[in-house]
Amino acid sequence: MNVEPQKNSIFKVIGASSLGTLIEWYDFYIFGSLATIIGSQLFPADAGASALINTLAIFAAGFIVRPFGALVFGRLGDLIGRKYTFLLTLVLMGGSTFLIGLIPSYSSIGYAAPILVLILRLIQGLALGGEYGGAATYVAEHAPANKRGFFTSWIQTTATGGLFLSLGIIVLTKNLLGAEDFAAWGWRVPFLLSILLVGVSIYIRMKMHESPMFTKLKTEGNISKNPLKESFSHKANFKMVLLALFGATMGQGVIWYTGQFYAQSFIENTCKVDFNDSRYILLWGIAFATPFFVIFGSWSDKVGRKWIMLTGMLLGIIFYRPIYQIFLDDTDVTKIEQKDIKEISNPVVTKTLIENTSDSLITTTSQVTLLSGASFTKIQAHAKYADLSKPESISPDAFKDKKLSTPVFWKFVFLIFFQILLVTMVYGPIAAFLVELFPTKIRYTSMSLPYHVGNGVFGGLVPFIATLIASFSGSTPLSGLWYPIGIAALSFIIGAIYLSNKKPDHGEADH
Amino acid sequence: MNGLKKALGIFWILLGPASIIFMFIQAIEKVGLAPEGVAKTNTALQWGIILFIFIPISAGLVVFGYYALKGEYDKLPED
Repeated sequence: MNVEPQKNSIFKVIGASSLGTLIEWYDFYIFGSLATIIGSQLFPADAGASALINTLAIFAAGFIVRPFGALVFGRLGDLIGRKYTFLLTLVLMGGSTFLIGLIPSYSSIGYAAPILVLILRLIQGLALGGEYGGAATYVAEHAPANKRGFFTSWIQTTATGGLFLSLGIIVLTKNLLGAEDFAAWGWRVPFLLSILLVGVSIYIRMKMHESPMFTKLKTEGNISKNPLKESFSHKANFKMVLLALFGATMGQGVIWYTGQFYAQSFIENTCKVDFNDSRYILLWGIAFATPFFVIFGSWSDKVGRKWIMLTGMLLGIIFYRPIYQIFLDDTDVTKIEQKDIKEISNPVVTKTLIENTSDSLITTTSQVTLLSGASFTKIQAHAKYADLSKPESISPDAFKDKKLSTPVFWKFVFLIFFQILLVTMVYGPIAAFLVELFPTKIRYTSMSLPYHVGNGVFGGLVPFIATLIASFSGSTPLSGLWYPIGIAALSFIIGAIYLSNKKPDHGEADH
Repeated sequence: MNGLKKALGIFWILLGPASIIFMFIQAIEKVGLAPEGVAKTNTALQWGIILFIFIPISAGLVVFGYYALKGEYDKLPED
C-alpha cells in the first residue's frame, strides 16, 4: 500500500506526534537533570538503604524498564491501534511526572517518598518504552515510502529537543526563583508544568485519525492475534529483531548518550568546568546540530539508511578519544605559566575540625584569572594534627569552577556540535530504517524492543558504565570511552556485514 | 560475503559466553575490592544490575551467531 497524503495532512500528523513525543522526552529528562535535588529532598542523607534506592531509582530504573514498556505497549499498539496506545503512554508519562512534583519530602512521609518516586519512575520508563515506537510507526505509516526518512526524522529531533527543553525550563525556573527557593520547592515546578504540556498534546492527538495502514489491516481482519508471539517466536521476524539490535540500535544508543550526556558529565565532573559553562556548551551544540536530524533523515531517502548510520558510528570510534583528550588538555591548569596569570585573589583560609578528633583541616581557596580571560578556583588543603609530633598531611592542589576563555569555549561548542552531528547521522534515519524492517501487523512490537534495548539499555547506561570503568585502578580519565567505542565498533562490524542498504522506490509496496 | 557472514557466526556464538564470563570476573573482582558496608552493597548491586541486563543480551548474541552460521542472513527480506 502506498500512501500519498496531502502535504498539510502529513505535517499535522508530524506536529501532533512530535509534540507528544517531545513532551515525553522532556518528562523523562527533567528527572535526570534534577536528580541531585530530588535525592536531597526525598532521601535521608545518611541512610544506606536510601542510597541504594537512590542509585537504583534515579539513574537506572527508568532506562532498564523501557524494553518492557516496548513489549507491553507495542503489543497493545498492534492489537488496538497506534493512536490510542500512544495516547495512553502520554497520559501515563504526564500523570507520573505531575505526581513526582507532588510527592512529599522524606521528612514528611519517610521511606514512602523514595518508594513512590521509584514506582513513578518505573511508570515513566514503561510509558517512554511504548511512546516512541508508536509515534515513529504512526508517522511512517502516513508518509509516502520514498519520503519516510524525511518525515520520521522530525520525530527523531524530539529526544534532543526534549533534553534542550528540560535544561531550558530548569535554568529559567532557577533564575526566576533564586537558588534557595528552587532547592526548597521550585524544583517541583518543571514537573507540575508537565501536566499543562501533556494536556495540550492529548487534545491535539485526540483529533488525529488512526494510521491508514493499520486501519486497512483492521478492515481486512488481518491484524495480528498475538504480536509478541509473531514477533519473537517466528524465526523470520526474530532474526530481524536481533539484526536491528546488534547491527544498528546498539551502536546508535552509545553514540547518542556519549555525545549528549557523557560529554556534558565529562566536561563538568572530570574537567571541572563551571556548572553554567558546561550547560551552555551543550545547549549551543544542540542548537547548531539539531537541523541535521532532518538533513540526514531526508538524505537517507536518496542514498539509503545503512551507510549514513554506520559512518556516524565509525567517526565516533575514530574521534572520541582525540576529542576527549582535547577537553582534558584545554582545561589542564597545572601547566599554566606565571606569565599567563593576570591576577590571583587574596586567599581565603578556613579551618574546620575533623569529626571526632582534635585534628583540623585547613583549606586555602583563591581565585586565579588568566590573561586569556579564563579563570578557576584553586584549593589547597592540609591536615594539622593535634599531636604535634605528626607531620602535616598536604593534599595535592585541587581546581574547580573553571571558566573557559572565549576561544576555548567555542572550540568546546564545536567539539560537542561534532559529537551531536554524529548523533544526527545515526539517529536521523533510524526510525525509517526500523519501520521498514518489519511488517505492519507486528511493527509496533517488533521495532520497539530493539530500539529500547539499544537506546535505553546500551545507551542509557553509558554515563554509569563509563564512569565505573574510569574509576578502576590503573585507568585514566579516558578509559571510560572504551565502552561506547567498543559497542559502536561491534555494531559497525555487524551492520556493515549483515545489513543491506535499502533505497526506497517511489512505487514501493509496503508489507 | 555470505561465507564471511557464516564464518563470523561462530565468533558471535563464542563472544556471547565470553562476554558473560568477562563480566562475572570483573564483578567478583570489583565487589571484592569495595570497602565493607554501604559501598560494598552498592558495588554488588551495580554489578548485579549489569549482569541482570547483559546476560540475556549476550544470549541474544549467541542466537544471532547461530542464525548467521545457518545462513539466515544470506538473503534479507528487502534484498
